[in-house]
Amino acid sequence: MIEKDDDIGYINSISLPIKGCAGDTGEWRIFKPVKDAEKCNECLLCWIYCPEATISKEGVEIDYQYCKGCGICAVECPTGAITMVKEEKR
Amino acid sequence: MVTVRKLPEEELFLPGSVACQGCPSSLGLRIAFKALGKNTVLIVVASCTSVLQGSYPYSAINLPLYNVAFATGGASASGVVAGIRALAKRGVFEEEPTVLVWAGDGGTYDIGIQSLSGAAERETDFIYVCLNNEMYSNTGTQRSGATPLGAWTTTTPGGKAQHRKDIAQIMIAHKIPYVATASLAYPVDFYQKMLKANSIRGTKYIELLAPCPPGWKFAADQMIEVSRKAVESGMWLLYEHEQGDTRLTGVTRRIIEGKVKKRPVKDYIEIQGRFSNILASREGQEAEEMLESEVSESIKRLQGWVPEYI
Repeated sequence: MIEKDDDIGYINSISLPIKGCAGDTGEWRIFKPVKDAEKCNECLLCWIYCPEATISKEGVEIDYQYCKGCGICAVECPTGAITMVKEEKR
Repeated sequence: MVTVRKLPEEELFLPGSVACQGCPSSLGLRIAFKALGKNTVLIVVASCTSVLQGSYPYSAINLPLYNVAFATGGASASGVVAGIRALAKRGVFEEEPTVLVWAGDGGTYDIGIQSLSGAAERETDFIYVCLNNEMYSNTGTQRSGATPLGAWTTTTPGGKAQHRKDIAQIMIAHKIPYVATASLAYPVDFYQKMLKANSIRGTKYIELLAPCPPGWKFAADQMIEVSRKAVESGMWLLYEHEQGDTRLTGVTRRIIEGKVKKRPVKDYIEIQGRFSNILASREGQEAEEMLESEVSESIKRLQGWVPEYI
């Protein structure tokens, strides 16, 4: 995949697919999902329900650079392994 | 049996898009792309999806993508399919790409219905997904043909007075090979319907209910819960139609077989702010009863009942 800082060389009408085309959308967050690894049974419901594709299938890791903090993962987690924690003011 | 665990890991919808928190469109795109894979050409009819893919020169969608005008979903697909067929005759492709049209309910129920109807009549080989959020969300939540009775929009401030259309039944009347409805609360069901649509030749129509948190006025974290309650209350029925037969799927089938009790429509509408005006008003009870009878009539129609006036 082409990275954001790559020189695309010349002006053309093709948009390049990159992560973070709206910038670091993690800055939108008010609440941050925090995973409790002991409670997580890796059922992958959070992975499939994440609208932003910020949870990895392998190891269920949350990508805080892009997670918008919608909280769907915390609501849908059957074991209550994800809690929403207030972000500190930047 | 397909389970969540067996869904492909590859993401063709990339994180960091312009979509709102808890956007049903980005989740729908994610799951659809998992089913169709990389060999897909996406046609986006004017809708929120035209915006959430990001601005030039970057894009959140890692597929060839064509943004088209509101009324042209079916017509653009016909052109792209003809182009692909011409290139295929020259041996350009190892495998012909799937053409997927992604439109909102405005671009399907109201503005795009004639071009969709034409493409279906010509038996164009493509998949049409209608992402139905029951209003024109992209322009600021105006009323559409899909808005249910009693729902607030900016152009129905006192609640919509009319019932919504049943466009899946209109598509079934076109006698196309595959019509299905899906919900985001049941991603595996949606994934399997997309896979099945991809395996059939001809026009395929799939409609996905998309509860829009800012438009329907509920918290973003309730998006899946609202999708689930829509199905459990019968306000959204899950089925697929193939070769003249309608087959109910998932929770809808279990409700109609009597294995699960149907929730009252009130459970679904009271968690959304867009129904709070009508529920608080004198007509609230009446609107609730009218929605309840709309649900039971839709269920009866799916089971082959024909009203007397026809």
